[in-house]
Amino acid sequence: MSEHPLNNFLSLYSDSLKRLALNDSGFVFDPMTGQSFTVNPCGLELLKLMQKQKDVELINHQILAEFDITAEILERDFLEFSEQLRRYLK
Amino acid sequence: MTKKLLKTWQKPSITPHQMGTLNKFGRPVSGDYVEKIDGVAVSDLLREYGSPLFVISEKRLRDNIRQMKRAFESRYQPVIHAWSYKTNYLNAVCATLHQEGSWAEVVSAFEYEKARALGVPAERILFNGPHKKRAILERCVTEGARIHIDNLDELYLLDTIAREFDKVTSVTLRLNFDTGYTEDWSRFGFNLGSGAALDAAIRIGNSSHLKLRGLHSHIGTFILDPRAYQVQVEKMCGFMELIEQQTHALIDSIDIGGGFASQNALQGSYLPTEQVVPTMSQYADTICGTLLKMTAQREAQGKPRLKLILESGRAVVDDSEVLISSVVAGKRLPDGRASYVMDAGVNLLFTAFWYNHKVKHTRPLQGIPEETVLYGPLCMNIDIIRQSILLPPLSVGDSLVLSPAGAYNNTQWMQFIEYRPAIVMVHENSLVSVVRRAEKLEDLNGFESLPTHLNGQFKFAE
Ligand SMILES: Cc1ncc(COP(=O)(O)O)c(C=O)c1O
Repeated sequence: MSEHPLNNFLSLYSDSLKRLALNDSGFVFDPMTGQSFTVNPCGLELLKLMQKQKDVELINHQILAEFDITAEILERDFLEFSEQLRRYLK
Repeated sequence: MTKKLLKTWQKPSITPHQMGTLNKFGRPVSGDYVEKIDGVAVSDLLREYGSPLFVISEKRLRDNIRQMKRAFESRYQPVIHAWSYKTNYLNAVCATLHQEGSWAEVVSAFEYEKARALGVPAERILFNGPHKKRAILERCVTEGARIHIDNLDELYLLDTIAREFDKVTSVTLRLNFDTGYTEDWSRFGFNLGSGAALDAAIRIGNSSHLKLRGLHSHIGTFILDPRAYQVQVEKMCGFMELIEQQTHALIDSIDIGGGFASQNALQGSYLPTEQVVPTMSQYADTICGTLLKMTAQREAQGKPRLKLILESGRAVVDDSEVLISSVVAGKRLPDGRASYVMDAGVNLLFTAFWYNHKVKHTRPLQGIPEETVLYGPLCMNIDIIRQSILLPPLSVGDSLVLSPAGAYNNTQWMQFIEYRPAIVMVHENSLVSVVRRAEKLEDLNGFESLPTHLNGQFKFAE
């Protein structure tokens, strides 16, 4: 069985994700590039979890417990979010 | 045991801050949404008639034409509006405008036949355009429609027909000239500067059966500077004086064509539409003021007052119709922008090639607006509804209202790859009628016939 694509992402980008400064209003700052971002509340939730966790199953578990959403939609949206992050976190 | 209340999920998204760059997408559209059209919920319309869906507001259409008539008639009379069929020739649209008093302006045998079939008398039809074959000219001469002569071949043919039918026929001469403000439309009608127009007027003057009664010109479309019309009216009136002196012509009408801009945003224009599009009063002021000045002397000589004919198309119908389209799929582009596949593209919203249509969502959307591309459903690179717009994240099934969509879409749309959807009209009492049903396979296959030997016996490769 091949690795979940998000686990790949999480281990590859673990350092870049950890260095991000987040605040609760959704302001994100990347000290490596000097670039700042705005992230929406669900994106912020995911970022916080990704800074702590490298296992996508554990992140999904947390989100599914808190949000009114199916595992399928979460997977799709999480994948798309990771593609966005991949682009910004060089 | 109490169940924990779950929070609402929103598609996660992150947007980089762009410092010091001007916002080239215009105002973000969040917060500004359309739930109803003339009292009818968008969601009900989609449930009942499907997506995509064109929706016409009868009230808006009537308000627009009334407002235009008021703007002109309060400054000059008599004014005739002739509805430019090519702008939108749905019977329901044409009939509404005919109820408001508009004549028909047609440019082909098809449009002429459509107007006649709808019940427009021939004498209330103005026939423009460069393509009029003998058969339709014969019909126009017999029935008494007003032909706007485009070229010398047409002039000679029409003269022959009028003589053959022994019918004295009033005609209008289409003119072209440079206004200094608009693009050159010299391929239609007779040029003033070259002398071709005067030659044609003299030729008509020598005819036993043609009577030159009208002058027409159409100086272009989406004209943002009313002074173009001032030059137009001055040139047309100058020419009228000349030919009334040199021939026996007595002109009864000056037809200034169409061209008033609608509340739509041309691509490449960075100013808000409201700032660049003149009001109807501004157009009317310039046109009526110039016409009164240019014809004062003529009236003092006791000649009858000229009818002022307007053929405004897009300014009348554009904002009375919208296209509702739904999100089929979302896709993050490699460059980071959000994009969506919509169920309507340039096949239906043909004018997306040159306008940036307004886009409104139909429910309040959460989330931060970000740069977004709206694609149509065709597998063609050119199928783009909006190249760049700020929108909050959308979900599959969300609908958007694209406007204005009333001008040149229901006539220039294509049956390409997809069926064309239904068009409904919302009436003033909020009742809804289907004014053109959605296409079906049988409709399209109905045009075709399959030679017998091609019917079946397919030998598909394994
Ligand atoms: C002869 C004539 N009249 C009227 C119109 C309507 O123009 P608009 O929609 O710009 O008012 C056109 C459009 O091309 C035209 O060619």
